[in-house]
Amino acid sequence: MEMLRAIAIGLPLTVLVTVLALMIGTVLALPIVAGLRSRNRILWLVSRLLVDLLRGVPPVVWLFILYYGVSIGAIRLTALQAGVLGLGVVAAAYLAEIFRGAISSIPKGQWEASSALGFHRATVWSRIIGPQTARAVVPAYTTFAIGLLKDSSIASSIGVAEIVFMSSQYARQSGEGIMVFFVAAGVYIILSVPLGLLSRHLDVKMRKAVAR
Amino acid sequence: MNNLVDVAIQYGPTLFDGLKVSLSLTLLSLAFGLPLGLVFAFGVTAHNRTFRYLSVFFVEVGRGAPALVLLQLMYYGLPNADITLSSMASACLALTWTTAAYSAELIRGGIQSVPPGEVEGSHALGMSYRDCLRFVVIPQGLRIALPSLMGFAVLLFQATSLAYSVAVPELMSQAYSIGSSTFQYLPVFIIAGLLYAAISIPATWLSVYAERMLSRHL
Repeated sequence: MEMLRAIAIGLPLTVLVTVLALMIGTVLALPIVAGLRSRNRILWLVSRLLVDLLRGVPPVVWLFILYYGVSIGAIRLTALQAGVLGLGVVAAAYLAEIFRGAISSIPKGQWEASSALGFHRATVWSRIIGPQTARAVVPAYTTFAIGLLKDSSIASSIGVAEIVFMSSQYARQSGEGIMVFFVAAGVYIILSVPLGLLSRHLDVKMRKAVAR
Repeated sequence: MNNLVDVAIQYGPTLFDGLKVSLSLTLLSLAFGLPLGLVFAFGVTAHNRTFRYLSVFFVEVGRGAPALVLLQLMYYGLPNADITLSSMASACLALTWTTAAYSAELIRGGIQSVPPGEVEGSHALGMSYRDCLRFVVIPQGLRIALPSLMGFAVLLFQATSLAYSVAVPELMSQAYSIGSSTFQYLPVFIIAGLLYAAISIPATWLSVYAERMLSRHL
């Protein structure tokens, strides 16, 4: 019972870190995608280097840099802030690649047809390319979200009291180390099931919305 | 910037030793995990029920649970069952599990994309089932799976940084101990990050290159 309580206390923080990091990642990914698609070589190079660097360094290192290394004046980030920000920034790089792939999977004819019909650029994005990209992005996006759910456990390394942090603490106190980690593993698996179902549901729904 | 260079010169060798541990942990986990992954790839669709359930258990838990949970399970959990492993051995065991689980799915995907005509062809030529797997299906399946396996190896290398939490003296834990004794956290972590990037970025390029080379004739 004690064990379940420990994990239950950690659960909201796991969900919070995952959701916030996903939101930060999604928002920051948009300017990066614009950079990756830019014809300006400098802008392109900067975004390319940024994505490679963010993905090439393990998330733990980013969290440690933000948590131990960054101090703006006397202000230091709290563990939760550093965790969310670090995971969010890394997520932005991965999501930017996912978005870029989805956009480039849209057939060229869609662009040509929209410019032939004289649509405004904003309209092209909001009514033609945007919706098709959203559809193409769903499977990869949800797979990434499930990965991020598991990566949120890395925040335990800087002391965010989420599931792994709580389980590890419990294991060291109680001597039921095997059980608690299996239960923790089970919780992660159970949490990712609804995400998988949601992905399939969205995919089916969006496929239906397209007339072929 | 000056500070960064000073720290790099002074602690470079220690960090480099850590990097060697990270790399050997990666290679060991791949050496044990990939063959196991091949076994599980067939296990999850096997007719033998015990074998199938065991494979599904290992694959689903290995993929569904964060690597950090598996690491701590092996290091803090197993001693409760009177199995005490060194930190390196427990990290290796945990990452082998992760590798086996992920590579099982990647290899299964590769094997399934071998055209059925290949199997029918070898059947028509009178090959035994075993020979068909050994000489026809597995080589082609692995070839298809190779780029994604290389991509996974890069992620595994990055995941070894989590082994610092079970006291493996790899790059991250070296960086952390230097940081906490000198309070030069920022430069040390930046150098550690650059060392990780120096390996994983070129390795990613290599996997992209492999994908391009292998799909050239498709």
